[in-house]
Amino acid sequence: MRITVTVNGQQRQADHVWAGESLLYLLRERLGLPGAKNACEQGECGSCTVYLDGEPVCACLVAAGQVQGRSVTTVEGLAAQRVQQAFLEAGAVQCGFCTPGLIIAVHDLLARTPRPGDAEVREALAGNLCRCTGYEKILDAVRLAASR
Amino acid sequence: MIPSAFDYARPSTVQEAVRILSEAGEDAKVLAGGQSLIPVLRLRLAAPSLLVDLGGIAELRGVSESGDELVIGAMTRHADILRDPLVARYAPLLAQATATVADRQVRHLGTIGGSLSHADPAGDLPSVSLALDAVMTIAGPAGERSVPASEFFVDYLTTAMQPGEVLVAVRVPKREGWGTHYEKFNRVAQAWALVGVAAAVRRENGSIAEARVALTNMGTTPLRATAVEQALAGALASADAIASAAASAAEGTSPSSDVSASAEYRTHLAKVLTRRAVAAAGGIDAA
Ligand SMILES: Cc1cc2nc3c(=O)[nH]c(=O)nc-3n(C[C@H](O)[C@H](O)[C@H](O)COP(=O)(O)OP(=O)(O)OC[C@H]3O[C@@H](n4cnc5c(N)ncnc54)[C@H](O)[C@@H]3O)c2cc1C
Ligand code: FES
Ligand code: FES
Repeated sequence: MRITVTVNGQQRQADHVWAGESLLYLLRERLGLPGAKNACEQGECGSCTVYLDGEPVCACLVAAGQVQGRSVTTVEGLAAQRVQQAFLEAGAVQCGFCTPGLIIAVHDLLARTPRPGDAEVREALAGNLCRCTGYEKILDAVRLAASR
Repeated sequence: MIPSAFDYARPSTVQEAVRILSEAGEDAKVLAGGQSLIPVLRLRLAAPSLLVDLGGIAELRGVSESGDELVIGAMTRHADILRDPLVARYAPLLAQATATVADRQVRHLGTIGGSLSHADPAGDLPSVSLALDAVMTIAGPAGERSVPASEFFVDYLTTAMQPGEVLVAVRVPKREGWGTHYEKFNRVAQAWALVGVAAAVRRENGSIAEARVALTNMGTTPLRATAVEQALAGALASADAIASAAASAAEGTSPSSDVSASAEYRTHLAKVLTRRAVAAAGGIDAA
């Protein structure tokens, strides 16, 4: 089928798409956007997090057929660099595999709650796993981004 | 892993969905939020020939009032439940339990209808639907029928729905004057319940007039803790009375043993969590 979807503000089309393939596959393999990462494909790790109609979702658990006519924003499409910069400065990036998903989740949190408490940060990031940092540097990065 | 190939249909009415499903027979499956089904397809634990996506059916989404009941459309997402004023007022237990389901990403796509239809005994909403005496509205080739939660969950991942049927709505009696609480025990924030307890309590003067207690993950289906309910009916609203009633929480259950917990540990948890849930629902200091 032909999928028409707005990605990072631009209308994009892809042909010969199987409705059952994932949004993550569509983004990475057909639309040339490798920002969202593929780790577990089970909705567990959050490294594939993207905005769908303005809400963070796991792109690995969305079928391509479900995004027809909708709007997706990936880490490549975020205009502001505040969160990314804070992650770099706080040392919250090691292997970097979890980072794009976390950037979306933190971006969403700060848009809803500009000054989140630690409990709110933990709750907002519960769906994003990191195997490297031990999370403390990530919490530092969120505090730093929120303070700017 | 890539799922095995299937066809995809996106009807815009319940009638059309039922017709497509009935024509396709046992090989077709309903797709709601996909948060349980897509992982299953990817592990190739199921290989349907057709997925019927309910996402385009507007009438299945949203919460409304009808007399003494809330009518919650099957495609209402977890995230919608959390900000719904009618749910907050008349079924806060549902909102409280939904807030513990998975994480924000999953709650943006997963639906109440999908959670109940999937019938995972570790799911949080099946036991809540039991404790609230919810009734399922199911559409099929022969029209609509109603099935109470107590008859809806028949076995592990199995409901009373037949091939060709679709869960349309969950009807929840408004419970004004009841206190409620969901107590979930899990290892990490996003994880499924090792055990969970949904409690609803109606107090009269100094005693407990009525109680509903339902258990998550204590058998192949969600279970009502009937022995606890009986012990609580008419009991003094005190920490001691609740503790003694909660001691029978595991009666008639058959919890599994797995990597996360032994059956013995689950039995222990059921009693402790029941005591906490009933005390919190009744507004009683459990000490
Ligand atoms: C990482 C992760 C963690 C999770 N943690 C929890 C948790 O802690 N607690 C919890 O309760 N849940 C948890 N879930 C599951 C989540 O709640 C799902 O949203 C839910 O189980 C399924 O809802 P869905 O709308 O995504 O349904 P789908 O995945 O689309 O469907 C599930 C099943 O129900 C059937 N179905 C769906 N809707 C209907 C309908 N209207 N009529 C007939 N059949 C239907 C489908 O055919 C399928 O068999 C978790 C999921 C993930 C990915
Ligand atoms: S790859 Fe999607 S949640 Fe892990
Ligand atoms: S930095 Fe490696 S997984 Fe998070």
